[in-house]
Amino acid sequence: MKARLALTLAMASLWHRKKVLALVCLTLTLSVSLLLGIQYLRTEVKQSFTSTISGTDLIVGARSGQLNLLLYTVFHIGDATNNIRWSTYQSLKEDSRLEWLIPISLGDSYRGNRVVATDENFLLHFRYGRDLPLELAEGQWFEGVFDVVLGAGVARSLAHQVGEEIVLSHGGGRTSFSNHEDTPFTVTGILAPTGTPVDQAVYISLDGMEAMHVGWESGVAIPGRTLTREQAEDRDFTPDAITAAFVGIERQVLTFRIQREINQFAGEPLSAILPGVALSELWRLMGQFERALLGITGFVVITSLIGLIAVLLTLQAQRAHEIAVLRATGASPALIASLYILECVALALAACVLALIIGMAGLSLASPWLLANYGLQISLRPLTATEWTLLAAVPVAAFTVALIPAFGTWRQSRRLGFGEAADQ
Amino acid sequence: MTSKTDSTRNSSRSTETAIEVSGLGFSWDPVQAPLSFPDIALKRGDHLFLHGPSGSGKSTLLSLLAGMLRPDTGSVQILDTDIHQLGAGARDQFRADHMGVIFQQFNLVPYLSTRANVTLPCGLSELRKKRTEPTVADEAERLLAALSIPEDHWQRKVTRLSIGQQQRIAAARALIGAPGLILADEPTSALDADNRDRFLELLLNLAHRHNTSVLFVSHDQSLARHFGNQLELRGDRT
Repeated sequence: MKARLALTLAMASLWHRKKVLALVCLTLTLSVSLLLGIQYLRTEVKQSFTSTISGTDLIVGARSGQLNLLLYTVFHIGDATNNIRWSTYQSLKEDSRLEWLIPISLGDSYRGNRVVATDENFLLHFRYGRDLPLELAEGQWFEGVFDVVLGAGVARSLAHQVGEEIVLSHGGGRTSFSNHEDTPFTVTGILAPTGTPVDQAVYISLDGMEAMHVGWESGVAIPGRTLTREQAEDRDFTPDAITAAFVGIERQVLTFRIQREINQFAGEPLSAILPGVALSELWRLMGQFERALLGITGFVVITSLIGLIAVLLTLQAQRAHEIAVLRATGASPALIASLYILECVALALAACVLALIIGMAGLSLASPWLLANYGLQISLRPLTATEWTLLAAVPVAAFTVALIPAFGTWRQSRRLGFGEAADQ
Repeated sequence: MTSKTDSTRNSSRSTETAIEVSGLGFSWDPVQAPLSFPDIALKRGDHLFLHGPSGSGKSTLLSLLAGMLRPDTGSVQILDTDIHQLGAGARDQFRADHMGVIFQQFNLVPYLSTRANVTLPCGLSELRKKRTEPTVADEAERLLAALSIPEDHWQRKVTRLSIGQQQRIAAARALIGAPGLILADEPTSALDADNRDRFLELLLNLAHRHNTSVLFVSHDQSLARHFGNQLELRGDRT
């Protein structure tokens, strides 16, 4: 019965002071939204990051460290240490245990975006996210020697359409002074956004890569030696080497054995890496920063809780008469102290509920925009156990800080005489 | 003095005395000689007018009777219970069950409606809740009507009401659930002469109907005529 009275009193008291407390509640709501939002995005971004590439069992490149190989093949960061001979690639292709291979050849760029020379297996077998295949938003995959397919990010930022002609640059820099001007490429397709580095690259055939480098053996174009489109028609452009290959294995139990065999390949020094392992290792490097971010947000919540207590302590002076009335009417000091705790926890709960609503509304409004502009795929999902724990920690923290004014009031009201106000 | 029991709901009570105080002494400061209070014996249903100059210990006596201060010497029996033999929690509960209180001012909980202020003791005491007839809300409304609080004020916040109305609401709160004793600490000092007499008349009439004793503290001697028992505190120190 007294618990009900305490609850009624606490709620009426909160309502009575709603103008001041609404502001405090707003501060708390915003900080809880921030905390929850960061934790939510952290999980989502990690998920999105670690599934930058999926379905690929091994990445094979020249002998190198696993992070380096992952960075230049998947993230287009840094350069290859060496190439793989075409004959090596052919012998891998003949291995019946390998279900498929995607050859990739790097080295050129288009206005700061990597040029990836590959074949139709890239479209067929490359997977990202939760095993999602690549899709063409417009046009079709390249067929001719001088066809190019653009990643969604490249097409959007440079506003290219299917049918346009573009000139690729030699080398990997953002600004290149030597362009393959004699061999412009025609855009035949644009990929749908994936939220992965796939969006920030352009795709040509291995033949196209070879064709545009005819006459470039010395590193710059020698006039008269480069090809025109017509001359390229009937030539054979089998490359000498490729940069790396993504490998899909038919029976995945064999993955480690095949990896070891490739690492010990006699023909030339090779490295085969497990992309999942390399990705989580890379995430561990970056994980420090997002953990620091979460820590900072935690402090923001604590700061707003301290603000809440400051307001409650200020209100405490105004409540002296009310406490005298309750005390004389027979309310115990514990009941009076419990009012502070109930009010504080109720505010924290309200802030949590509001933060959930704000977070859900914000996310459902922002997720199409994030996908369109940043290629970030962040969807609404039920909260994880960690997120619930984090959310539950807010009322628990509110309870803890409310003990400060509650204890003060408890002590004061124990010493109170008849009709005395607590501040006297 | 006869104790009239026209209110049937209290007739089953066996209590005979409302207050019995003997040899009471209290000191705020151990260096000073303690204040000593005269012995009091008040029968159930009787009223007592307590007056004296400031500093004579009126508020201290009320705190001792309410069980909010512990005396250095002597004993306080309220409704045949020695309240200072009780533990702190039991004393609070005893106060909730058997005492109504009215202060000089700031009597009401500002964030509660008129009706919620009146029913407050019933939230703290199962005993007083049970004594209301037929329900807590009905009794509150009856008391408010008897104390001439207009019906459209019942659901309103108390902060907008006049001082006179606030004091009458406090009286209704003290009376609800028929406690054995009402402690009133200068409840009329903020009221003008007309309101003062009216307030006192209403309070004593309703208390009489509930067989409730009223201990009324005031420095206004003109009110003494309403009371059968009078006591002057002189602030003696032993």
